[in-house]
Amino acid sequence: MNKSFYISENLKLECSIANFTNVSCKLDSNFELNEFKIAYKTFGNLNEKKNNAILICHALTGDQYVTGINPITKKDGWWSRMVGPNKPIDTNKFFVICSNVIGGCSGSSGPKEIDKKSGIPSGGNFPSITIKDIVKVQSYLIDALLINKLFAVVGGSMGAMQALQWSIDFPEKINNVIHIAGALKHSAQNIAFHEVGRQAIMNDTNWNEGEYITKDLIPERGLAVARMIAHITYLSDDAMHRKFGRKLQSRDIISFGFDADFQIESYLRYQGRSFVDRFDANSYLYLTRAMDYFDTVKTFSNSIEFPNTPNQHINYLIISFTSDWLFPTPENKEIVKKLNYFNRKVSFTEIETDKGHDSFLLDEPDLDLTINGFLESNFNKVQLYE
Amino acid sequence: MNNEISIRKDWKLIESLINKKSKVLDIGCGEGGLIAQLEKNIQAKTNGIEVNAELTRKAIANGFNVVQGNAEEDLFQYSNQSFDYVILSQTLQAMIKPKDVLLELLRIGGKAIVSFPNFGHWRIRLQLLLTGKMPITKGLPYTWYETPNIHFFTIKDFQNLCKASNIIIEKSIALTSKGRRYEISSGISGANLFTSEAIFLLSYQNFQSIKIQSKQKSFANNSAVAG
Repeated sequence: MNKSFYISENLKLECSIANFTNVSCKLDSNFELNEFKIAYKTFGNLNEKKNNAILICHALTGDQYVTGINPITKKDGWWSRMVGPNKPIDTNKFFVICSNVIGGCSGSSGPKEIDKKSGIPSGGNFPSITIKDIVKVQSYLIDALLINKLFAVVGGSMGAMQALQWSIDFPEKINNVIHIAGALKHSAQNIAFHEVGRQAIMNDTNWNEGEYITKDLIPERGLAVARMIAHITYLSDDAMHRKFGRKLQSRDIISFGFDADFQIESYLRYQGRSFVDRFDANSYLYLTRAMDYFDTVKTFSNSIEFPNTPNQHINYLIISFTSDWLFPTPENKEIVKKLNYFNRKVSFTEIETDKGHDSFLLDEPDLDLTINGFLESNFNKVQLYE
Repeated sequence: MNNEISIRKDWKLIESLINKKSKVLDIGCGEGGLIAQLEKNIQAKTNGIEVNAELTRKAIANGFNVVQGNAEEDLFQYSNQSFDYVILSQTLQAMIKPKDVLLELLRIGGKAIVSFPNFGHWRIRLQLLLTGKMPITKGLPYTWYETPNIHFFTIKDFQNLCKASNIIIEKSIALTSKGRRYEISSGISGANLFTSEAIFLLSYQNFQSIKIQSKQKSFANNSAVAG
């Protein structure tokens, strides 16, 4: 690849930024990106053979702070229980890379960042982004880091979409795929929920057609409502019942009004409020759209049935959760079926839990054991053969 | 422990029926013990199916390609003749439709290896005769109301099913409860009386006929090229 990039360190964001200039990166929408930047963090060390790199793809509202302390929220990274020294994805053994997706709002190019031509945040003028674009841009970063082949691409939810897209578009650059709680396509129900969230944002007068940063406005009510709706879809009826039931919040009797009488209301309101502090409304619009556009039913099938580039070596691990109604087991199994039909290397397990879609981020010992064992035993096999 | 040893003997026997470097599907593979043995000793390319989630995860963590699934619900997803061998060990008697499963094994695999407990063993016959109750033995240790084994059959029954379904018995090996093994020849009926467990190597008499039945024929050919 051409050397039209440089890497800088962002002290405020406590991460590295790969700046690509004079590139011609054509997006799904036919828009050509000539420059972009990717904010990323790495953990652990790349070994001499450069065969221990794992790319972790974040979900819709995730970021590059997969482990360690997130400098923005001052809290633990979003998957710090999974990734780190002696954790299931062990950074003593593996070199972990996690980058903020393009269109995101944690330092990578996105609607929040200043557009050089206009001098203001690009907002609604930022080009439309798809999961394929997100992965394409990630591949620039992996090339820039001089890694020819990733040992694994790992992701849950929107991260799972990216992992699957990697296997379609860059099979020669990966060995293993861990796909957690995803699907071949975003379902009508999921698009519907996203649309309600987007409408909440766009109907907030502060949104101002996407131009709110320069006006010193934040469409916080809309974004908070979007988050509240989405948050419901990440849980399950059982988990909500277990956690909140019909318990009242800081009161003994109902108010006969519209305060947050119930704990679940108070919880959702808190989730909505705190989300506004860390996420950009326009990014939310762009990335939910990217997920809606995700449909690899044909492209994945074709890549397995008639591979242009050899991909028989890819070892897939597909994981689903019993109580996940956003990306339910049957949708995950569609991938397994396709791979089995063509006699590919695939493993699948459904983990029993009532924690819903969010299970992949939560304490699930079965998930830890499976991911850890899969990575380490396959890594040991590689060491034997090389 | 005794059980463990007998399982391993079983595996040794199964291994001896399989050509080197074959593609093998092990149905009910547990945490991957047989798969591990076949990969190591005869460089087989393996896939597994296991119904128990915990065992599936152990198999995956051991580095094997295993999917959580059920022999009666999930075999359809494999294409025709995509394996050289399909193994179903000690499970046929627990199937709701054992004949359908047996035919599926031979649709997916060139050969099927099926092992099962023989309900024709003299001890079982005698128990039923003398006590008038459903037999309970070392190999079949469950009471009638909680046994997973819902279709009991004898070696003779199985031979008859194969005959009626155009299935060739390429080899059949009997294991006695003392661990002795010998080839079952269909002429001698003693096998059915003294065998506690049997292992059959099966193939299709008219392989073409089953291929034509399936709409998915062309895909199977493609996968053979791709694989």
